[in-house]
Amino acid sequence: MRFHPDSDQTAIQDAVFGAVQDALPRDKLMAYLDADADLEPDSWRALMELGLAGMMLSEEAGGSGLGLFEAALCAEALGRSAAPGPMMGQMLAAYALSQTANTAAREAFLQNVACGSVVAGLAFGGNGLAESWDVLHEAGRATGQVRFVASASSAGLFLVGLKGGGLALVEAGEGVAVAPVRSTDRTRKCASVTFRDAPVQILFEGGDLAVQRVIDAALVLIAADALGGAQHCVDLSVAYAQERQQFGQPIAKFQALKHQLANMAMNVEPARALLWYAAYAWDRDLPDASRAAAMAKAHICDRFAEVARDAIAAHGGIGYTWEYGLNIWFRRSVFDKAYLGSPSVHRSRAAGMASW
Amino acid sequence: MDLSYGPEAEAFRKHVRAFLKTAWTPKDVDRAGMKAFIASFRLQATEAGYLYRSIPKAYGGSEQPADVIRAQVIREEFARARAPMEVAGNGMNMLVPTLLERGSALQKDLFIRPTMAGDYIWGQGYSEPGTGSDLASVRTRGDLVGDKWIINGQKIWTSQGGQATHMFALVRTEPDAGKHDGISYLLIDLNQPGITRRPIRQMTGESGFYEFFFDNAETPAEWIVGNRGEGWNVSRTTLKHERASIGSAAVLGNQFEKLVEVAKEAQRNGRPAIEDPLIRDMLARIECWVMAHRYSSYRIMSHAIADEAPGPVSLMMKLVLTEIGHDIARAAQEIIGEDALLEPESAGSKGRGPEKWLDQIMGSLGNSIAGGTTNIQRNIIAERGLGLPRDFPAEHSK
Ligand SMILES: Cc1cc2nc3c(=O)[nH]c(=O)nc-3n(C[C@H](O)[C@H](O)[C@H](O)COP(=O)(O)OP(=O)(O)OC[C@H]3O[C@@H](n4cnc5c(N)ncnc54)[C@H](O)[C@@H]3O)c2cc1C
Repeated sequence: MRFHPDSDQTAIQDAVFGAVQDALPRDKLMAYLDADADLEPDSWRALMELGLAGMMLSEEAGGSGLGLFEAALCAEALGRSAAPGPMMGQMLAAYALSQTANTAAREAFLQNVACGSVVAGLAFGGNGLAESWDVLHEAGRATGQVRFVASASSAGLFLVGLKGGGLALVEAGEGVAVAPVRSTDRTRKCASVTFRDAPVQILFEGGDLAVQRVIDAALVLIAADALGGAQHCVDLSVAYAQERQQFGQPIAKFQALKHQLANMAMNVEPARALLWYAAYAWDRDLPDASRAAAMAKAHICDRFAEVARDAIAAHGGIGYTWEYGLNIWFRRSVFDKAYLGSPSVHRSRAAGMASW
Repeated sequence: MDLSYGPEAEAFRKHVRAFLKTAWTPKDVDRAGMKAFIASFRLQATEAGYLYRSIPKAYGGSEQPADVIRAQVIREEFARARAPMEVAGNGMNMLVPTLLERGSALQKDLFIRPTMAGDYIWGQGYSEPGTGSDLASVRTRGDLVGDKWIINGQKIWTSQGGQATHMFALVRTEPDAGKHDGISYLLIDLNQPGITRRPIRQMTGESGFYEFFFDNAETPAEWIVGNRGEGWNVSRTTLKHERASIGSAAVLGNQFEKLVEVAKEAQRNGRPAIEDPLIRDMLARIECWVMAHRYSSYRIMSHAIADEAPGPVSLMMKLVLTEIGHDIARAAQEIIGEDALLEPESAGSKGRGPEKWLDQIMGSLGNSIAGGTTNIQRNIIAERGLGLPRDFPAEHSK
């Protein structure tokens, strides 16, 4: 029995965190927030060099043969460091390509996605769940619009959700128009992508069990990002409370604030094991994997949203500024909570899958 | 990551199951013989090495090497067979572990066996009218006169005070020493002329706790655990065990199952409440916390197996348990609606219909006070978990 990461798994997570810290010092991150670019090349390259995109592929397929558990630990590190980039789309596109029976597509794209030479954007559409996907597909061509696609201007490929629940790949270029939108989360800038008779490669037909696997993995990865972001909010608030002086003493001495910080930690620390379970259940393909993924997404994204609010309150005026940077995580919490379905959407799904 | 216990544990599970099949046969026993049957079952289970594992053979235990997984397998199998585990209560949860760590040979000889047998029932004599969260402020006095401690003062809120035969108490024996250094940990026989006990009626209507008045009560000089003035330290051992026992994940799982049951029974707009989307959202929201708590307990267990410290999450388990207990109580109140206006039939009975939820609705509040209030729990998380400054740097609080 083992239900916490081993030293190898922790080392991978630390390496990812370290890579982002090194490649993206604070002023560079701040500059990226206001830039038009929707991909930050240095941190992206560093992460690709670590092999993040292909980590869930088998070693024969050129990956690291790791699971969603390790991927989630990495996503947590990305959330903690507010890493830019469409890592989730990249990982999931690689995974989907490795699983598809469409060998032509696999041979054409898998390697490039896995090594990161092509950026892959996640274009699920609707509210993120297969029932609501609305890009139409007819005779090898896709038509429709997906409103929020992260890093779409930089993407060479899109993993697209089709009406009827199928998953397809569309290459940027012919029949694809990308229109950037003002994005709440500036670390994951989005665009609206319009497909008009764009040529598609079908990876999975609607109803293929692999589609739900991809969605579940996405939910777990967002939850992991949220956990990392929430942890950062707690850490930053605890550190700040020990530095900041008022009434002649560190504010950390005020019990009301101590209790606020304790509540924040209570929102984060127990949620960690829920995330681990969801990733573990997915890796083992357990019967409750979908339900656990829904619960992790609902619960942890809610927790992040709460903790991000609390963190700003715990900081006072400095927390409300742009410059201090807490708003980066606050905005990420807005993204994580909304993206691929609000918490209550997933609670309702979890209730539907419950034994009760 | 691997939640299975491994082949060795599964082989062990087979043994436990086979044992239970032959030894735990309550259907063959009538009401009158049940008590004796349970006692002899516990003896057999101890001989087989399944109960009282941390207690040396010399004191009637089975003295097994510490093994988190085997202990878990035993819990699971006993629960599955609905077989009784060790005698419950303060005695086994708190006093005996404390005696094993700090007690004298005489104390272990005198107290462990009868406590295991359920013959000695222990009250925790910590709180006093003037002493709650600030536990080290106890004023009940103990004076050594000849070979006896003479005890004067009052203890209050003593759970199981009605049945208790004995008490482990914090008593001020060194009035001239500092606040924490003047306390001793004394064991007291409660059936003596110098002690008066009175039930206190709880908000639930039952008499769940008691107060004890000590008027020149006596206890032998050697019934002190640890040295004079070390009582505070000795009590830390006990509290550690208390928090561990309160934070169990199974409790929360059971409460949630009951909540689901009542949501199936209760009606809303002519349909079972559980079909109402609002109720479903409420249940799923609570279940997320219940799961987080359960998997956190796996995490703590996993660290224990690896012999590593689990970190701050273990400090949070009691508070999560209480907070979710409140949420479950609120949800139950919402679900049962007007049925909450019906008190259970008589004080102490659990009631039959939805009104049994009054126990949870009120009982969850007891949890947030007993064993350290939620504010004190938050202090512990902030100070020991997050490393924030202590409220009372020179002192310690419960
Ligand atoms: C059901 C039940 C069973 C019990 N069983 C036992 C038992 O068997 N044996 C026993 O000895 N005791 C028992 N107790 C007593 C229990 O341990 C105390 O009630 C508890 O420690 C709180 O003490 P108090 O009641 O004096 O409250 P107080 O300490 O007076 O607290 C009152 C309020 O002030 C707050 N407060 C106090 N100090 C601080 C602080 N430093 N920072 C912030 N807030 C603070 C508390 O959180 C609380 O909200 C039991 C209590 C209950 C409810």
